Amino acid sequence: MVERRPLLSVLSHVVLLIGVLVVAFPVYLTFVASTHTAEAIVQAPMPLLPGDQFFHNYAAALTGSEHGQGSAAPVGRMMWISLVTALVIAFGKIAISLLSAFAIVYFRFPFKQLVFWSIFVTLMLPVEVRIFPTYQVVSDLGMLNTYAGLTIPLIASATATFLFRQFFMTVPDELVEAARMDGAGPMRFFKDVLVPLSATSIAALFVIQFIYGWNQYLWPLLVTTNENMYPVVIGIKRMISGGDSAQQWNLVMATAILAMLPPALVVMLMQKWFVKGLVDTEK
Amino acid sequence: MASISLRNVVKRYGLGPKANAVIHGVNAEIADGEFVVIVGPSGCGKSTLLRMVAGLEEITGGEIAIGGRVVNDVEPSERDIAMVFQNYALYPHMTVFENMAYGLKIAKVPMAEIQIRVDKAAKILELGTFLARKPRELSGGQRQRVAMGRAIVRQPSVFLFDEPLSNLDAKLRAQTRLEIQKLHNELHVTSLFVTHDQVEAMTLAERMIVMNAGRMEQIGTPDEVYHRPATTFVASFIGSPPMNLVRGHAEGAGFQAGGQLLPLPAAAPRAGELVLGVRPEHVELRTDLSAAGWPLRVQALEMLGAERLVYGLIGDALFTARLDATLPHPSVGDVVALHASPEHLHWFDAATTARIA
Repeated sequence: MVERRPLLSVLSHVVLLIGVLVVAFPVYLTFVASTHTAEAIVQAPMPLLPGDQFFHNYAAALTGSEHGQGSAAPVGRMMWISLVTALVIAFGKIAISLLSAFAIVYFRFPFKQLVFWSIFVTLMLPVEVRIFPTYQVVSDLGMLNTYAGLTIPLIASATATFLFRQFFMTVPDELVEAARMDGAGPMRFFKDVLVPLSATSIAALFVIQFIYGWNQYLWPLLVTTNENMYPVVIGIKRMISGGDSAQQWNLVMATAILAMLPPALVVMLMQKWFVKGLVDTEK
Repeated sequence: MASISLRNVVKRYGLGPKANAVIHGVNAEIADGEFVVIVGPSGCGKSTLLRMVAGLEEITGGEIAIGGRVVNDVEPSERDIAMVFQNYALYPHMTVFENMAYGLKIAKVPMAEIQIRVDKAAKILELGTFLARKPRELSGGQRQRVAMGRAIVRQPSVFLFDEPLSNLDAKLRAQTRLEIQKLHNELHVTSLFVTHDQVEAMTLAERMIVMNAGRMEQIGTPDEVYHRPATTFVASFIGSPPMNLVRGHAEGAGFQAGGQLLPLPAAAPRAGELVLGVRPEHVELRTDLSAAGWPLRVQALEMLGAERLVYGLIGDALFTARLDATLPHPSVGDVVALHASPEHLHWFDAATTARIA
């Protein structure tokens, strides 16, 4: 705002502070709750300052040493599953979309229009819509409770393909011709020129797809029956089993905090690239 | 180093009866080491022709041979050519050194040899201090030099230039033009240079090909093209201000145009529609109206510093005269007598636009 009205300045700050509080306060409470004993949390009023059970709670959560009513799966294992799943999905989506966009933009082949529109149509088919047939296929192929079952059905991305397509279309034709004159074949051109130029787009997409892969709930819920193969988001749910006996809320909260960390880390680290990738046009 | 042969080269887009022919049979023989400029207005097919020589466009008909070898079906990288593009086409994420080395790297030239060649090219083009920079850190002129460097290191038989100066500002254009000339004098590589600017064509060419609407109107040295244009198009395209062209018809021993009767040269046909051409600088204006000359009614004057342009009408035909600025000049509205000596008159057939004398 260029206007110099102090009242508006104060007002905008107040609004922003309220926004921050609304978003951050529950997260803070979660963190506080994860550092107390279960009994301390349940008593009203709930403590607002961190307690002394930090190391104990987190160690217990990670190794699954305390048994409550819900699942006792070690969170460490579950975080590992989530990490592998998210990374495989992110890298897989990027690799497949790069190659698809490359084919669509730079090659002429029979039924090209049909292929293009088919990819477009899959935008209408997220996991939730195709869940029955996909489950059937995965189950028949014996891929339940495996990393493959968790990742392969989610690994193709129409959005990423279109993002790369749009980017490739901004690459000037002369660059392709210069590479051709230099003797670079299509894959050479792809590897030496297109991929380096797409670096910022790839980084931006990595962040988005990693978070998508990490937050997957419905699909892993169906595909995994073995506690050993739960991603952490499912682990959190399973810890709260309902019933009458006391919940280990402190462990649940600790797990929730642990589950939030990797995506936050990825966003923070890739922030610079993320914005650059969506905005920058480099010639 | 190699010669280039264009034999009846035709380019058509589309198939069957609806096909659109953009180049209608171009024939030219370019000698080894020659610098040939292809010049013409936008859309005349000059870039398409160059791209066919480069291998970036399919050749619909005819043959193109480089160094005696027919290259119609040969990949661009195997034709032993190098191209300099209008938009430089440098790889933005590579340094200047890597840009120049890329083609050699793909050809599996040993690193030591690459280093030698790049350094040599950098020395010729004065790029030594820029080798570690990326293209976005360079000015337009520097980028164009890098593009030329990239072409030089390949040590090709033929250089192809596709309007390389069009993206530069006027001063830089003049500078880079001189650099290209210097380069050619040093390396003597057969070069094909495409431009729409006739000044570039006249200054750089050892021979020029003037093209219009997909046809080659004339091929010759700048001197030939300027002093003996083969068609009215060439006559009006080359030279600034353009040649005055007056249409009229031959009647017996005279040429009837704009209300005047002018004697015809011996070689001209005695009948039919003719176009007379005379360059503005070959025209003399005299105040003495009684002598044989054409009456020019002066409409406007333009003072250019060293020269003065006089615009006027002869009858209803527009005429431009170029006079030395130090000479006495008419004023607007005056009627002066326009003279031109017979050897400066060009005669064209009005129907075929071809030169008669």
